[in-house]
Amino acid sequence: MIRSNGICKSFAGRRVLSGIDLDIKPGTIFGLLGPSGAGKTTLIKILTDQLAFDSGDVSVLGKDVRTLTGADKKQIGIMMDNHGVYERMSCIDNLRIFADIYQIDKSKAMTTLTQVGLGDSAKKPAMKLSKGMRARLQLARVLMISPKLLFLDEPTSGLDPMTMKYIHKLISDCKASGCTIFLTTHNMEEAAVLCDEVALLNEGKIVDRGAPEELCRRYNHQKTINIHLTSGEDIELPHCDESAAKIMSLMSQGRIETIHSSEPTLESVFLELTGRRLESDEEVRYA
Amino acid sequence: MHNIGVIIKKQLKDTLKNKTVLIQFVMFPVLTLIFENAINIPDMPELFFTKLFSVMYMGMAPLVAVASVIAEEKEKNTLRVLTMANVKAWEYLAGIGIYVWTICMAGAGVMATTLSSGDIPFYLGVMAAGFIISIAIGACIGIIASNQMAATSLSLPVMLIFSFMPMLAMFNDKIEKIAGIFYTQQIRELLGNMTFDGIKTETMLVVAVNALLALSLFFAAFKRKGLE
Repeated sequence: MIRSNGICKSFAGRRVLSGIDLDIKPGTIFGLLGPSGAGKTTLIKILTDQLAFDSGDVSVLGKDVRTLTGADKKQIGIMMDNHGVYERMSCIDNLRIFADIYQIDKSKAMTTLTQVGLGDSAKKPAMKLSKGMRARLQLARVLMISPKLLFLDEPTSGLDPMTMKYIHKLISDCKASGCTIFLTTHNMEEAAVLCDEVALLNEGKIVDRGAPEELCRRYNHQKTINIHLTSGEDIELPHCDESAAKIMSLMSQGRIETIHSSEPTLESVFLELTGRRLESDEEVRYA
Repeated sequence: MHNIGVIIKKQLKDTLKNKTVLIQFVMFPVLTLIFENAINIPDMPELFFTKLFSVMYMGMAPLVAVASVIAEEKEKNTLRVLTMANVKAWEYLAGIGIYVWTICMAGAGVMATTLSSGDIPFYLGVMAAGFIISIAIGACIGIIASNQMAATSLSLPVMLIFSFMPMLAMFNDKIEKIAGIFYTQQIRELLGNMTFDGIKTETMLVVAVNALLALSLFFAAFKRKGLE
């Protein structure tokens, strides 16, 4: 569905993307994870033909992205995090404009609004919507066209957990209908829940990729066992044979109050690979 | 053509709720009707307010409306959404231009009700040409400005020059000479005579040069910045 080979892009001499290779299968959700400034939005813009790239090849829907026709583009839904809505217009009018442009049945506007939970707010001006409702309206705009391929740039950024869950459900439903989804996020939980495959992007390079569980398994040496003792003391043991003996000994002495294992998450995998946290630009030293 | 129609429909819906733009379209036609019917000073030139306000309307409404609409769409990133829905830049600009021109012509039609029926075709013809020049200038400002604030800052002085110079020219000979280089002043003179007979070559030349300059500036701005 999306294939790229060695995409490079620089702005004013500064390399933003270096040799990005992608091969995204139809009907899957691909997550691109990286902190702010990693190059996620730039990559989406290249894959959607909004931005020219310096070198490499990109094919989308089986065609060179630069040769996509108007009809091809009508099969692609794009929701960028900074995209606006017509503030003074009602939700339904916001969708009807695009139903008109895409020449689809206008009744689909109302059906889609209901689908995203905005049926009751159809006549409300967009300026009166909360941030979460606005995000759902933006998502409705792209879902309405029943895209074959959907690009979502940080779709849940800054949203409350309830709205986030709602949007996750909409994305999952969209996948179930056969749509391929390319998602960028810096929320590793979101990626773990939604994505079939993720790529970790740091400073314009993909540092690793795979299914979320597979990536976590690959970096399983991070796995630790956390024990809270009856004395109130907390200890952390590495995941190895010596630790097993120590745990047995503590158990036989009745000194363990709680015990749990701590598996690596995408966040910790990213931290190990790059020394950076996903949710901030701050450089951290990985211990 | 389909997308141009969609843009016009969208703009019509939006303008009805956009007081800033709406007032530009309505203000001068309403003022003209009120002033022509309410004020009657002896020795005042015939249709003084119609002619004066027509020129001000021409220099103000289309210019400000087009600049503000384009700048707002850029600022709010709705223009980007339209282009990604495969609306071409020229379709968008044509849609906005046709929409603003039509509304302004409707406004001019209201103002023309004060004229005798024989003068109306000439009046509307002249206004139509003037609106096109103002729309090109407004589009140029909209393309250059990155947001609404910048569009207002740029369009205000331009609008004041084109709208007020013809009025000030009535009171000062020097200003009249300077104002002569602007299409609005030439159109004011055309409206003063209200006839195709005896149109001076100079008038036609100034209007043509203004139109050419406005269109050249528009194309240069579009080539350089596009609708980014």
